[in-house]
Amino acid sequence: MTVRFTLNGAPVSVECAGSRRLLDTLREDLGKTGTKEGCGEGECGACSVLIDGEVVDSCLVAVGQIEGRNVVTVEGLAGPDGKLSRLQQAFIEHGAAQCGICTPGMLLAAHVLLQRTLPPSADDVREGLAGNLCRCTGYTKIIEAVLSCTT
Amino acid sequence: MCPAPVTAVGRSVPRREGADKVTGRARYTDDIAVSGSWYGRTIRSTIARGAIRSITLNPAFDWSRVVVVTADDIPGDNVVQLIRDDQPVLAPQGGEIKHREEPILLLAAPDRATLEEAAGQIRIEYELANPVFEIGSATEVFSAVEITKGDVASAQRTAHLVVEREFRVGLQEQLYIEPQGAIAFPEADGVIRVVGSLQCPYYVHRALKRALKLSDQQAVVVQAETGGGFGGKEEYPSIVVVHAALLARKAGRPVRLIYDRHEDLAATTKRHPGVIRHRTGVKRDGTLVYQDIEIVLDGGAYCTLTPVVLSRAAIHAAGAYSCPHVRIRARAVATNTPPNGAFRGFGAPQSLLAAELMVEHVAERLGMSSVDLRRKWMLRVGDTTATGQVLTESVGSTLVLDAALKAAPHVGTSERRHVRRGRGLSLVFHGSGFTGSGEKKLQGTIGFEALADGTFRILTASTEIGQGTKTIFCQLAADALGVELDKVTLAPQDTSLVPDSGPTVASRTAMIVGRLVQEAALEIKERLQHERPPLRVEKSYMQPDSIHWDEATYRGDAYPVYAWACTIADVDVDITTGEVRVTDLVTAVDCGKALHPVMAEGQIEGGCLQAVGWATIEEIKMKDGGYQNDRLATYLIPTALDAPRICTILVENPYSRGPFGAKGIGELPMDGPAPAIIAAIHNATGVWLDEVPATPEKVLEALGAQS
Repeated sequence: MTVRFTLNGAPVSVECAGSRRLLDTLREDLGKTGTKEGCGEGECGACSVLIDGEVVDSCLVAVGQIEGRNVVTVEGLAGPDGKLSRLQQAFIEHGAAQCGICTPGMLLAAHVLLQRTLPPSADDVREGLAGNLCRCTGYTKIIEAVLSCTT
Repeated sequence: MCPAPVTAVGRSVPRREGADKVTGRARYTDDIAVSGSWYGRTIRSTIARGAIRSITLNPAFDWSRVVVVTADDIPGDNVVQLIRDDQPVLAPQGGEIKHREEPILLLAAPDRATLEEAAGQIRIEYELANPVFEIGSATEVFSAVEITKGDVASAQRTAHLVVEREFRVGLQEQLYIEPQGAIAFPEADGVIRVVGSLQCPYYVHRALKRALKLSDQQAVVVQAETGGGFGGKEEYPSIVVVHAALLARKAGRPVRLIYDRHEDLAATTKRHPGVIRHRTGVKRDGTLVYQDIEIVLDGGAYCTLTPVVLSRAAIHAAGAYSCPHVRIRARAVATNTPPNGAFRGFGAPQSLLAAELMVEHVAERLGMSSVDLRRKWMLRVGDTTATGQVLTESVGSTLVLDAALKAAPHVGTSERRHVRRGRGLSLVFHGSGFTGSGEKKLQGTIGFEALADGTFRILTASTEIGQGTKTIFCQLAADALGVELDKVTLAPQDTSLVPDSGPTVASRTAMIVGRLVQEAALEIKERLQHERPPLRVEKSYMQPDSIHWDEATYRGDAYPVYAWACTIADVDVDITTGEVRVTDLVTAVDCGKALHPVMAEGQIEGGCLQAVGWATIEEIKMKDGGYQNDRLATYLIPTALDAPRICTILVENPYSRGPFGAKGIGELPMDGPAPAIIAAIHNATGVWLDEVPATPEKVLEALGAQS
């Protein structure tokens, strides 16, 4: 089937089985490999994307479900000129990215949190990122990075 | 002489590959698109022990679009190159199966659907044999170590109090968030190039050469951006890479072999479980008289790195303390479970958990504060370790203990009626660099170039796995040269370009290889006084004359130096559910010199949380020699909500042979939290657990036994 949706602000159209995982379509059909697969069953959050502003595990979403919807991946966070967002910059400065494999999903979850809860407390940040596993940082630097964007 | 114009060392400069990682540009193995590549898959044993009687491919299935690799397709030795030649690349027909998930066949197909279908068309029949699952019933010993200091037998008569205790430690999965994976490319002149998620390019290079019978030049191993390792990508990638290469060779096209999480959890190496028994004798005033320690680790079905893990476990078993009479008897045994292997800490977390809890038990029996007892016992400059090593410098025991105690907040009581709050402390040390003669034998090498355009390039096989190698090496070189940081670059971790700097393991990269980078940069700087670029130098590790180690007797300088940590854990224990929540960790770490403070803290915080997981929730349940909870839905690691607040204090206590004084600290944070948490649970509830993880079931059972 043909599925049309908005990806990082631009319209896209893909030909594939409607049951194909959004994760695979993004990575393999559209070349957006910033979205990672960590577990394939919605536990780790490495494949997090935004669908109409909600954080969703793209490994659990069938492409057929996103017709007409608005999808944002990590590639859509920087400005059109490539300028890093404040949050991306904060992740670098605070050491919130180590191996970096959870970073795309973590950034998207934090991005939504910062849009919804202002200013978030450290506990709000923990709650907001609880669906995204990181094995490198102990989360401390990630929480610091997110909190640094609230002032 | 004008002073160096810039200093990069000690500043938290932006991570080299940071922008790539926050934009999604960084290319991990599975992100690399290769047109025409096929998908690979491993067919594994479903039994723990036996022999393969027959392998049948369903004749009704169309196999023309599938490549099947068996042990017969291996051109070289059917051996995974490491320490002992016991592990086959693929179990041969008629050969013995020693564990569940043992690789038997490899498949490749142009698409995932065909691959999946083909996997269902294979029947393997086995001759079953009796498996061994328990340490107690194991008969095969992979290795044994005995460390003797003084005379425990006669010292026993002089102790006023003897405390005995047995501790158990469980399996733990590294759980890097990027699963194992590799892509193999068959190229001209018999070259096989492999790109993969790995820590040690030259381990993989040796394994590839041996199994595929390739020359040094024909085997090319390239590290892709790697999504975490923690030891899990030290030796296991040799298997993934060799499998991918065998498939690519037979298919005559690139093959990608990427594990899913289930396969990764079910088949790859774990932290060694084990049993550690202590007998400690003291005088009435707490003076330490002797320590008699026995360690048994479960190596699983094949040797992997087990003897080296056992060695580190044994050397750290007496803890950070000075004892005149020590006997440590350690052995690692074989069971029919998937092989255990490298995992951050490498045996030391297991033996240090026991050593630290013993301090608590002895202090309790003496009616003394365990902090005071640690001050009485702990190693200081001039003291001698269990292997007879005299500590001559950079001994941070007092510094870290004082710093942690000073920073720890007041412990209150919980407002919730069923919750008991408690605090525990640990003091640990961890040897930086390879054990014993390891560095001397290895002679890690780097290259360093001054290029014609005025920039400099570091050539090293040391990998970036999140810990900051790329950034730190450039900082070291820039400061040694006295140039701006952006004048230094790093060559790719590709065995056709860079020399063997040794594996990225053992808390050795910043300290051992970093020192080579510093020395090479200084030499280049010197030569540039009277020569013009391009210039190239190579530097190999030279063992200082002052380091002596006797492998036969286990006497001498076990490590060039030790890093030290004191960790204070605060826990809330819900006495109705048994749930342990670690609320706060304060950890003071003697790192010698923090080359990049933010990254050093990040390493410590991540290691601490991995240890919190090991101590509280990360439990692997075994059934019939396999892991029952081999999915991320059932093997749980701490989330941001579970993680304690972590306060890290970097204590700088320079080491004369480290680059700018730095010591390795990659593994150290894995050692301290677990014993501190178990002590905190006791402080909160009055019960002593003798094992990790302290799951709710075990805590409730202990509370039940107490009342």
